[in-house]
Amino acid sequence: MGKKEKEPMFSAKNLKLLTSPFNQDNPVVVQMLGICSALAVTAKLKPAFVMALSVIVVTAFANLIMSLLRNTIPSRIRIIVQLVVIAALVILVDQVLKAYVYDVSKQLSVFVGLIITNCIIMGRVEAFALANKPWPSFIDGIGNGIGYGLILVAIAFFRELLGAGTLWGYQVIPQALYDLGYANNGLMLLPPMALVIIGAIIWVQRSFNKNLIEK
Amino acid sequence: MNKNSNTYIISYAIIMVVVVASVLSIAALSLQPLQEANVIIEKKTDILVSIGQGGGIDDAENKTQFVEEQYTKFITDSYAVNVDGAKVDGADAFKILTNLKSEYDKPVAERNLPVFVSKSETGEMLYVLPLWGKGLWGPVWGYISLKEDLTTVSGVVFGHKSETPGLGAEIATPAFEDAFKNKLVQWNGSDVKFSVLKGAGSSKGNDNAVDAITGGTITCRGVESMLQVCLDGYEKFILEQRAETKNINN
Repeated sequence: MGKKEKEPMFSAKNLKLLTSPFNQDNPVVVQMLGICSALAVTAKLKPAFVMALSVIVVTAFANLIMSLLRNTIPSRIRIIVQLVVIAALVILVDQVLKAYVYDVSKQLSVFVGLIITNCIIMGRVEAFALANKPWPSFIDGIGNGIGYGLILVAIAFFRELLGAGTLWGYQVIPQALYDLGYANNGLMLLPPMALVIIGAIIWVQRSFNKNLIEK
Repeated sequence: MNKNSNTYIISYAIIMVVVVASVLSIAALSLQPLQEANVIIEKKTDILVSIGQGGGIDDAENKTQFVEEQYTKFITDSYAVNVDGAKVDGADAFKILTNLKSEYDKPVAERNLPVFVSKSETGEMLYVLPLWGKGLWGPVWGYISLKEDLTTVSGVVFGHKSETPGLGAEIATPAFEDAFKNKLVQWNGSDVKFSVLKGAGSSKGNDNAVDAITGGTITCRGVESMLQVCLDGYEKFILEQRAETKNINN
């Protein structure tokens, strides 16, 4: 073994870290993490999208910072250090949202603060960032954040479309359809329907990924 | 270095906390002006909505500018009154409004309560009284606008910090707020100025009450006591103002 070769930024391994949470290793529909907020903030597309972005930022930077610190952290206070870093990032995100997208931050209310308790973030820090270099950790964080966000946006898409007839606040179901007797399904706006949609997404996803089906 | 020694752990924790605290305080301080501007616009929006001039705000290209323009156009006067109904000299109503909680923390006699007045082009007056109270989980607040007779409700807007979505949080929806329109406030030392009654349909035919929200009883009780406490502070002012209007009309 000679000099260790420098790994390219987007090697196949790193790309896999980024993309596997989209489908095969999705935090929501495969690992069943972060379901709580997926139910709460998905009645409309816009808050769901902002929530997804916030989680991507937090997972990515929590992973990055923890990975940079990983060799200095005393193992006995490891979890506390993780919590402080994650909490600080979440407070930052919350402050930025309050300053720049006040309306959305009001709709998300406590759920931004509750990103701290989102199992995806601590899960990735504990399982990945503490044992890997900063760059792969950062990518892994982005990947998992996107994996979570994709599901959130997908749920919000169906809930807003069927529940309110709008997308991103714009009316998409034409008035003519309402005149024919079509009505918005108010049930879609209630949290239980998010769970049903997650169920449907899992069903569709499993039918394409047979290896995920538990025997 | 021994990473598991107490000295290392304690110094590590101290350094980490100091670094995190300074980062957060810098961020909080630098974003504060923007956040406060948002709060001011929100309050102005609520006042406009309570007098029925909230149309177009959501569609406005530059929301801040639009709200400011509408506000200057419709809110023609604002002042603060004390518990004896007298106007307080030099008090800035909007400044008091931005910190309404601390005003209601004071003893009743020391409170200066803001009043916003809108005079339409046809000379019709609307009086907006801000409200502040407690819900189930945190503060609730609102604005009630009264028509020229100072008794008929023209509109209300409610807000809340952390009421339960779907239950208590429904106070901030048009379905609940619209029920207040054209109802009457009971002045003249009445114990109950306005009621929020439990049970759908229980306020039917009652001019001084609206239906509470199913599943949001405690929040609704909070709204009721907020209306009671806050309107109490305005009572003398309202009665005097009413007498004045009558004199002019006769």
